[in-house]
Amino acid sequence: MTPTLNVQDLRIAFSHRAGNIEAVDGVSFQIGPAECVGIVGESGSGKTQIFMAAMGLLAGNARATGSVRFEGAELLAAHPTALNRIRGSKLTMIPQDPMTCLTPHLKIGVQLAEVMVTHRGTTWRDARSYAARMLERVHVAEPRRRLNQYPHELSGGLRQRVMIAMSVLCEPSLVIADEPTTALDVTVQAQVMELLRALRGEFGMALALISHDLAVVAGLADRILVMYAGRIVEVAAAAELFRRPRHPYTAELLKCMPTIAGPRAVRLPTLAGQPPRPGEVLQACAFAPRCSRAADRCRMERPELVGPADAQVACHFPLSHD
Amino acid sequence: MIRYFFTRLASAIPALLIIVTATFFLMRAAPGGPFDQEQTLPPEIMANLQRAYGLDQPIWTQYGRYLKSLLHGDFGPSFKYKDFTVTELIGQGFPVSLQLGVMAMALALIAGILLGTFAALHRNSMADYATMSLAMVGIAIPVFVVLPFLGILFGVYLHWLPVAGWESGSIRHRALPVIALALPPLAYIARLTRAGMLEVLRSDFIRTAFAKGLPLRTLMWRHALRPALTPVAGYLVPAVASIMTGSLVVESIAGIPGIGRYLVQGALNRDYTLVLGMVVVYSTLLIGLGLLVDLLYAWLDPRVRH
Repeated sequence: MTPTLNVQDLRIAFSHRAGNIEAVDGVSFQIGPAECVGIVGESGSGKTQIFMAAMGLLAGNARATGSVRFEGAELLAAHPTALNRIRGSKLTMIPQDPMTCLTPHLKIGVQLAEVMVTHRGTTWRDARSYAARMLERVHVAEPRRRLNQYPHELSGGLRQRVMIAMSVLCEPSLVIADEPTTALDVTVQAQVMELLRALRGEFGMALALISHDLAVVAGLADRILVMYAGRIVEVAAAAELFRRPRHPYTAELLKCMPTIAGPRAVRLPTLAGQPPRPGEVLQACAFAPRCSRAADRCRMERPELVGPADAQVACHFPLSHD
Repeated sequence: MIRYFFTRLASAIPALLIIVTATFFLMRAAPGGPFDQEQTLPPEIMANLQRAYGLDQPIWTQYGRYLKSLLHGDFGPSFKYKDFTVTELIGQGFPVSLQLGVMAMALALIAGILLGTFAALHRNSMADYATMSLAMVGIAIPVFVVLPFLGILFGVYLHWLPVAGWESGSIRHRALPVIALALPPLAYIARLTRAGMLEVLRSDFIRTAFAKGLPLRTLMWRHALRPALTPVAGYLVPAVASIMTGSLVVESIAGIPGIGRYLVQGALNRDYTLVLGMVVVYSTLLIGLGLLVDLLYAWLDPRVRH
């Protein structure tokens, strides 16, 4: 079966006055139909850029090589017109900050309806009533009234619901949710995640859930990719990753997750050190300077990502749980 | 919004009063008078003239009388064009000047916005640099150089267009003065549009619009243009002021029977009522435009309405 998204040896470099900066350094993975994949990593690990490349939204000074195929069609070299047939309908995105992602001078109704008008060729009237039904579906009260409001008249949580409704209007095959809850307060976060789960069940789309927060991804993802310094360091089924992390970086991340059960006075563990600076050329394991298990080999030779598709790790000395 | 608009409308009246008062006393402070000629008039005739026009009265009485007639919409008689009232003079020339100004402003807006958008979409390319260099030239060269240059090129050498004159309904007579008058604001609007557009194209909501798969033209028209034009809206009043002052020069070079010449000649001749009438017309236009710009802001960005 053709994977929904197939990324092969993707490299993304930004040309800069000081030289090229590699943001994504040879990443390969697949997302299957109706699969939910969590992509976890700290800021700057390149997780967002992978999907920017897929959407054709990379900055002007970025260059992507390799291959990104969506339902078999190559996206990287695609003409904007060809890309426009896919993005917004079959391949959609829920952006990080709902406060700045809606056009301030256009009513919500226009911004939702234009997706249907553009991709389905419906009339504005039909598109508006469909948009209202979709708003109702994502639990927006008084959808008809919302259509006539401007973005600044809506709260952050409401705007994110609008973005979510927008992303599923044309029954997409893959929705990319880029930190969908980061800009929202905690109670709204939980509602939004619950909504994403429900919509996945209803529309059967695949979901790429990007986050720096393992806890956000935990409840929803089937499989999790952990990224560090532009590379994937571990891939595992979600439950397996939490129970038996194999890469030392994953293990450290899990230790940093606060739990309700533990004693409260204890200071939350943090990961010592800094990730490598962007642009630093690495011959070794990028995590070695921060790793308690690092040996000479880790500082000499870069570990490759090895193992079966749902249990890969890039480490010379992975943790074993036997 | 409506209440705000009427508050602004009410504040226009004191503004106009201040302008009229300042102009009235400044004109009187200038040496000389409307009836001074190379050959001095006999004192009896001078006294008669002064009396006939009320200039023998104390200045405050004259000021009070002028305001009173102004309230009735009467600009008074011209001191120099003795058979005409100021209202008649302005009434004859104003449609011509208005037409010239509106055409120049329309050209400056349409061409300036198109050029600025084009340059922003081709940022840092040769096309961008060429457009922006041309715009710099347009800002730097004054109207009184551009118009004679265009006249020599297209009139004298190429014989395409008339150098001067104004025939009603003749597009060919309007071409050169309109272009010369439009050039500086056009260039400035192009630069403002480019800057505004570059900022908007970097914003998150434009990224969303791209992610929605909208065709570029829809994206530019519907999502990018309005927020990018906010800086241009702020420049509209100065732009019209620049076209008004430019028209003084253009009308006299191209021999256009507008009202521009009245302001210069009126000031030189100490034609008090004519100058005041012109100032009232120009400042009413500018103040009214300022009100329109406020409404425009509300249209460009709905967040302003609250």
